[in-house]
Amino acid sequence: MQKQLSMTQYFKRYLKRCITGPWSLICGLSVSLKYFFSPRRIVTEQYPENRKTLKMHERFRGRLQMIEDADGNNRCTACGMCERACPNASINVLATKNIAGKKVLGRYVYHFASCTQCGLCVEACPFGAITMSPEFEVATTDPNDLEMILNKKEGQG
Amino acid sequence: MFAPSVTHPIGDFVREWVPRLAEYLPASIQSDTLNSVIAFLINAVICIIAVCIVNIGSAPILIYMERKVCAHVQCRLGPMRLGWHGTIQTIADVIKMLFKEVYAPSGADKLMFYLAPLIVLIAPFIVCALIPFDKNLVVADVSMGIPLIIAVNGFGVLGILLGGWSSNNKYSLLGALRSGAQMISYEISFAMILLFVVMISGSTNLMSITMGQEGTIFDWWIFKIPVLGFIAFILFFISSTAEMNRAPFDIAEAEQELTGGYHTEYNGTPFAMFYLAEYIALITNSALATTCFLGGFFPPCIGIDAVDNVLKMVPGVVWFFAKIYFMVWCYMMVRWTFVRPRVDQLMDFEWKFLLPVNLVLLVAGAGFIVISG
Repeated sequence: MQKQLSMTQYFKRYLKRCITGPWSLICGLSVSLKYFFSPRRIVTEQYPENRKTLKMHERFRGRLQMIEDADGNNRCTACGMCERACPNASINVLATKNIAGKKVLGRYVYHFASCTQCGLCVEACPFGAITMSPEFEVATTDPNDLEMILNKKEGQG
Repeated sequence: MFAPSVTHPIGDFVREWVPRLAEYLPASIQSDTLNSVIAFLINAVICIIAVCIVNIGSAPILIYMERKVCAHVQCRLGPMRLGWHGTIQTIADVIKMLFKEVYAPSGADKLMFYLAPLIVLIAPFIVCALIPFDKNLVVADVSMGIPLIIAVNGFGVLGILLGGWSSNNKYSLLGALRSGAQMISYEISFAMILLFVVMISGSTNLMSITMGQEGTIFDWWIFKIPVLGFIAFILFFISSTAEMNRAPFDIAEAEQELTGGYHTEYNGTPFAMFYLAEYIALITNSALATTCFLGGFFPPCIGIDAVDNVLKMVPGVVWFFAKIYFMVWCYMMVRWTFVRPRVDQLMDFEWKFLLPVNLVLLVAGAGFIVISG
């Protein structure tokens, strides 16, 4: 039920709206005019043409990759947190034992075909061993290319 | 004898040459009456072709412009691939439209279904014939120009209602009925504003309305009457936006609610004609705004002789089209900025705000005429 308004209240509200209404329209119009007259704000990328100069955003999530130092060592301890965090089972962390008998990373198997690039594995990793690469041209003609082993070296304990 | 009230060099040329060519005909069928009739018919055909070129030629430009303006407002670039900055994109779209198969949904009233897009096109074409593009460049210089425009605008509602009704689709019908209610309501304030212009200019002929604005920029009707002229211009802008069914008053289409409204079931050429009618209406309404408020084909003189002489060297047609495209740009900025009101808000706005303000404006205009003499 709408509240019953007296005549003066009604006209007060009517006149108030006559001023606030156009003002809000002018505010909106000023924003769109500002955008229209400043071409630098345009965010569209002319992709195939500017391929050489195109720089991906920092937060872009491409395929998963392992952070490695100069010698190719990774920080993974094969704890399996990423495997458990993955909602569609794209990661298999296959642990093995090193010479000292300690559990280390054997093979980090990554199924790119079923990955949705949600980034939950990166968030779950307690050692910061994995990250999402900014690479976006990942199309391939061979499905076997999408089954990857991310680590080059056996992890250290 | 058929003698026009406004002469043009092309018309004079035809009237001069038809008798000369007629001399080659057998003497028995030669007569001055026949010559003048033939010259008149040739001129009429030229006029029809000219109106068609102005209307149909400007539609692709407007569609391209609309896409570009909308893109830049939304931080995009718009069409960029086909031609320089996507200039040929519209032509490609038109060709695609024309080569599509035309069919009607089952249960549709075929005759009405195919008649509707034609009827929608009538109004903007007739209005375009009445607009004076230059001092001697007007197709029909009728003395009852404004009432004719008000009368002819009703065809738009008829076409939309027919299209929605005959489609045999509840979304189409709903869109058409909503749009019918909207257009009939806003036609009143549209007519009121035109009457305000008629009242202050003292004529219903579009040519004499334009001629009344000769002089500097401050002699245009928008500035000549302090404040009132500007308010009238804004009101004309609002009601003509609603008349054209453009956003923010596009409840006839309302893609998000009605999947396209009255032209949901149309495809191919009939759909292209609805689209064309929308953009021609944009041109004619901008032309009407230019004629009634922005000084028609007169250059924007500022009262300094040195500047004015330079401005007057540019032909009137150029000024007219420059003003038209400025108005079109304004309509587009409004379209891509404001949000669509609900149906009840739309009706509230017309009957509780626009119409009372229009009536007050008419009275104030009459008061101004009395005071200023």
